[in-house]
Amino acid sequence: MKVLLSWLKEFIPDLDHDPEEIGEKLSALGLAVESMEVVGNELPGVVVGKILDLRPHPNAERIQLVDVDLGNGEATQICCGAFNMQIGDFIPVATVGSTLPDGMEIAQRKLRGELSNGMCCSASEIGLGDDSDGIMILSENDPDREWDIGSSVSDTLGLESDILWDLEVNANRPDAMSISGVARDLAASLGLPFKFPMDLNGNPQVTLEAGIQIEIEDPTLCGRFLACVVKGITVGPSPQWLQNRLIHLGMRPINNVVDISNYVMLELGQPNHTYDLHKIKGSRLGTRRAKVGERLLTLDGLERTLSEIDGVIVDGDDNPVGIAGIMGGASSEISESTTEIIIEVAWWDPPSISRSVKNLNLMSEASMRFRRGADYGINMERALNRVVELLSETCEPEMSKILETNGNLPDTSPVGISNERVNGLLGTSLTSEEMMDLLQSIGFESQEVISKDEDENSSANNFQVIVPSWRWDTQTETDLAEEIARTFGYERIERTIPRGPFTGQLSRFQKGRRTVRQILIGAGCDETMPMPFLAPGDLENAGLSSTAISISNPLVQEESLLRTSLMPGQLKIISYNQSHRIKKLKFFEIGHVYLPSEDDQLLPDEREYLSISIAGGDATEIVAILDMISLTMAFPNMQLKQQEIEGLHPGRSAQVFVAGQERGAVGEIDPRVLRNYGIDDSVAWLELDLGSILAGPFGKKKYTSVSKYPSSDIDLAFEVPDDTSSASVAGCLRKAGGTYLKEVQLFDSYKADTANEGVRSLAYSLRFQSDVGTLTDAEVSELRAACISEVEQKTNAKLRE
Amino acid sequence: MSDLENLAKEAEEASNAASTLEGLAQVQAQFLGKKSKLVKAKKALGTLPAEDRANAGKEINEIKGQIEQLISGRKAVLQESEWSSKFNEERLDLTERLGSIDRGHLHLITQARDELEDVFIGMGYSVAEGPEVETAWYNFEALNIPDWHPARGNFDTIFVDLGEPEEVMLRSHTSPVQIRTMESQEPPIYIVAPGRTFRTDSADATHLPAFNQIEGLVIDKGITMGDLAGTIDSFVHAFFGEEVKSRLRPSYFPFTEPSAEFDISRPDGSWLELGGCGMVHPNVLRNCNIDPEVWQGFAFGFGIDRLVSMRYQLDDIRELVVNDARFLRQF
Repeated sequence: MKVLLSWLKEFIPDLDHDPEEIGEKLSALGLAVESMEVVGNELPGVVVGKILDLRPHPNAERIQLVDVDLGNGEATQICCGAFNMQIGDFIPVATVGSTLPDGMEIAQRKLRGELSNGMCCSASEIGLGDDSDGIMILSENDPDREWDIGSSVSDTLGLESDILWDLEVNANRPDAMSISGVARDLAASLGLPFKFPMDLNGNPQVTLEAGIQIEIEDPTLCGRFLACVVKGITVGPSPQWLQNRLIHLGMRPINNVVDISNYVMLELGQPNHTYDLHKIKGSRLGTRRAKVGERLLTLDGLERTLSEIDGVIVDGDDNPVGIAGIMGGASSEISESTTEIIIEVAWWDPPSISRSVKNLNLMSEASMRFRRGADYGINMERALNRVVELLSETCEPEMSKILETNGNLPDTSPVGISNERVNGLLGTSLTSEEMMDLLQSIGFESQEVISKDEDENSSANNFQVIVPSWRWDTQTETDLAEEIARTFGYERIERTIPRGPFTGQLSRFQKGRRTVRQILIGAGCDETMPMPFLAPGDLENAGLSSTAISISNPLVQEESLLRTSLMPGQLKIISYNQSHRIKKLKFFEIGHVYLPSEDDQLLPDEREYLSISIAGGDATEIVAILDMISLTMAFPNMQLKQQEIEGLHPGRSAQVFVAGQERGAVGEIDPRVLRNYGIDDSVAWLELDLGSILAGPFGKKKYTSVSKYPSSDIDLAFEVPDDTSSASVAGCLRKAGGTYLKEVQLFDSYKADTANEGVRSLAYSLRFQSDVGTLTDAEVSELRAACISEVEQKTNAKLRE
Repeated sequence: MSDLENLAKEAEEASNAASTLEGLAQVQAQFLGKKSKLVKAKKALGTLPAEDRANAGKEINEIKGQIEQLISGRKAVLQESEWSSKFNEERLDLTERLGSIDRGHLHLITQARDELEDVFIGMGYSVAEGPEVETAWYNFEALNIPDWHPARGNFDTIFVDLGEPEEVMLRSHTSPVQIRTMESQEPPIYIVAPGRTFRTDSADATHLPAFNQIEGLVIDKGITMGDLAGTIDSFVHAFFGEEVKSRLRPSYFPFTEPSAEFDISRPDGSWLELGGCGMVHPNVLRNCNIDPEVWQGFAFGFGIDRLVSMRYQLDDIRELVVNDARFLRQF
C-alpha cells in the first residue's frame, strides 16, 4: 500500500513530523516501510510539447524522429525510442540543459547521425508514478483541454512536492489498506488527533427517488449491501490533482467516475462499484452464489466460468453483472455516454472471497481488501457519500437516498480482557487503564467490568472491548493483546531469558551424522547439497526404476519429480565439474530421498541417505572409506555381499548389510550410465540409508587387555577362484585362528600366474599372540595348519605352495 | 720400554690419519686389538721378574688409556662429520609441495546449521527434525492457516501428486516440525528445528525453490513476549557478536499472536530483517492438545541460506546448489 504525506495530513491535520521519523513510526506499527521517496518536485526545463510530426529514423529501426513544438511555434527534432504517440498529442519534453529527477542531464546529442534536442518523457521519468511504458500522453484522457505549449509541466499538472511511502501491509490488516487506516494508526502512535475530513451528515443532498431494488439472497456471502442512484453524470477526465494522486499510488487514470471510485477505495479502504443504471435490467441488484458453469465477461475483457464457490451480483433477470468482491462485469461498464449510475458498497464474507479468488485465480484491488475483511460499519456510507462529493467537482450529481440490506455480519459482542493474562503473555506490567487508553487510541472502545466479588479469581476479565467494524480480524483476547503490544511499542517490552529445565544436546543420531561428515571430510570428500528434484528421464538414465513421486505444479521440467536416489544428482554434479575441467572430484551428500509409500501411507517413505562418489576412483577406495565409517561408528556387523545392482557395474557392486539389514550399495557406476551423463571417467559409488543405520542398534566398543607376550607373524597365500570372496577366506582364517589371531590383513592380490582362468592369488599376513603365555613354534604351526585347512574345506581356495 | 712410548705417538698419528669410522676401527684393532703390541706386551708381563711387573703393567695401562682416549676423541670427531654430511645429503626443501593430502569441505549450509544448532544447544535446546513432504494439516491447518486464509497464497507451495489435490506438499516452512514435536512430546519444550523448505520460486540470484530454515519453539509455563525478545537478543549476540543489536517489529503470522519480524543492526546503524517470530497462537496449542490456559510459548524462524549469503557476500545464491567444486573448496 502506497501512502502520500499530503493525503495523510488530511486525516492528521497536526502532522508536521520529519518524514524519516514518520517512516520509523510506521515500521514500528507493523506497517513496514519498503521504500520512501520524494515525488512531485519542480521540474525546471520540462515543458509541455506538441507533436507536430513523427518520422522514421533513417538509420535506426528502434528510434523515431519526433518534431515537437516547444512553444516557439518551430519544430524541434528529438530522437525517441517510444512509438505510442500520435501527431497532435501533448507530451512532457525535457529540454536541453534540464535535469530529470533521477539525475539525468539532458544535452543535445546525435543518435546515428540525427540530432536530438531534448527528450520525450514517460510518467516515471518525470517522477509521476511507476509507468515507464511509453511516453506520457498528457492529452490522453482529456483531448479537449487547451494546453499551454511550452509551459512548465509541473505547473500544468499541478505537481507538488510530496513524500511517498510504500508500505508492506500484513494479511491481518484490512484497515491499513487505506490512507485513512494508516493515518489512524500513525496518529495514535504520535499522540495526534485523527479525524475524517469529509462531512457525513446531509452532504450531499438527497434529491432523487432511487427507483431500484436491492436484495441479499445468500446472507452467508454478503453481510451488508448499500446502493444509491446518482444522476447528472458527465463522464470526462478527473481533476488533475486526483489523477496525480492515483498515479502516485500506482493506478492509471481513466475517467472521472472510475477514478473517483478508485480514489475512494484507496482513501477509505472501501471498494465500491459503479454501474451504468441503464444497463442494469429490471432496475434491481441481487447477490447470490454463482451457479456451476455460469459465465460472465469481466471488466478485464475475459470471459469467466463460475462455480458455486464464487459469488455474483445479478440484475433483475437474475443474470450476473459482477463477481462478488472481485471484479465487475463488462455489460454495465461506465462509458462516455453514461449519465446515470448506481454506486454499490458491499461487505463480503472474507473466506468466501478468498476461496473465489483462488478458484478463479483472479486477484484485484477490491478482492485484496475484501478477503482481509473490509469495514462493515458507517465507513460504507461515508464511502458512498464521498464518491458523490468528488463527482461534484466535475459534474452536477443528484443523489438518491442510500438503500441498505443486511446479511450475516461478524459477531460484535464485547471481548473480555484480563489484565493479568495480557501482562502474562506480553511480559509487561500495564494497568487496565493503560491498556484501555492504548486501545482507545486506535478506535477500540472499552468498558471496565465492575467485579461483584472482591475475592474473585484475579484472572477474571477486568474490562471489555468493543472491536471496531474495520478490524474484522480482531476477535479474541490474544488479538487484542497484540494491539496493546503494538501501540505500547514492542521495543518497550523488557527483555528476559527463559531458563528451561533441559541440558541441550544433540541426539545420538544427530551426533552420529556429524561424525560421519567429519570422517568424510577427513577422507578428502567435499560435501554437496543439490536440490532434491529430478527431471523426467534422470532415473532411467541412471539405470534405476523410474517410479517417483511427481510435483503437481512444477515451474520447470527439471524440477518435476522427487528423487528416489541421490545418484542422478551426484552424476550431474560430477558431469558439471568435469566439464569445467575440475580434477580430483570426491563428493558426498547427506540428504532426503522420497520413496513411494508401499503401505497406503499418505506421505512418502522418506529416508535420509548418504552418498559418496569418487570420479576416476575404483570401488575399493570407497569400500575403504566405508570401512573407516563403519569402524568409527561401530556399525554392528557391517558386511558386503557381491551382487549385481541396478545402476552399478555388474562385476563391481555389492550390497551393504548392517546388523543383518540391507542398507545400501557400493561399487562403481555402470559405464553405460556414465555415458548417459556424459562422464568419461569411472565413478566409484556408495549409497547408504544412513538414517536407518544411525537409528540403531549401535554396536559396542569393548575393552580387552593388551597381551604382554611376544607375537608371531606368518604369511599365507591362497589361490582363490574369482567367485570366492576375500571376505569369506578372511572369515575362515579368523574362525580357525580364534582368539590367538590378533590381526589378519590382505597384503597382495594378483591374477595368479597359473594356467587357471578365473583364479587369483590372495596373500594374507597373520599375527598370532596368546594372552596367557608365549606361543611355541609348534603351537604356531598348529594354528597355521588349522587356518589352511579351514580355508580349504570351507571355500574353493587352495594354499599356494 | 721406548717401544711402548713410541706406540702412543704412532697411534696418535694413525688415528689422525684415519678419515672414516672404518679406518679408525682398523687403527683401534692395530693398537688395541688381540694382536696389538700392547696385548703382546701385557701377555709378556709374566715373563718379567716379579719386582718389575708392577711398573711395567702400570706403564702398559697408562699407554692403553692414552690410546683409548685418543681414538674415542677421534671417533667423536669423525661421527660428527659423518652425521653432518648425512644431514647435508638428506636436506629437503619443505616448500616443495609435489602432492598434498586433500581435505574435504563441509557445505556452507552445514557449517551454518551446525553453528546455529550449537548456539541453541548451549541455551538448553535440543534439535528436532521432521519430514520434508508434509500434509496440509501440518503445513497449514494445525498452524491456524485454514484453506481460505489469504496468507496461504503467500507460501507459493509446491504440491505433490499424493492424496487429494493440494493435500500433500513439500513443506513451505519448518513450522510443521513445531506441530509434530508438540503432538509427540509433553511440555516443557525447548527445540530448534533446522531443515530444508520449498517454494515455487524460479531459481535466480536471490531465490531458490529449495532452501533452508531454522525454527525455534519454546513451550513452558509463564513464557512471555519479553522472553521471546530476550532469547532473540541473546542468540543474536552469540551468533553475530556482542555489538550486534536486535529489535522486534509488529508483523503478522497466522500461527503466532502477537507476531513480529526481528531485525539485526548493521555496522552503519541501519537494520536488516532476519526472520519472523511471535507468541504461539492459542489455536495452534489447542490443535496439539496443549492447554493454552496452562502453557504458553514462543516461536521464531529464519532462513539459513540468506544468512550464509550475507555472511560471505555471495553474489548469486545459486552457488549453494550448483556444487561447483571450486566454490565448495573455498570454505
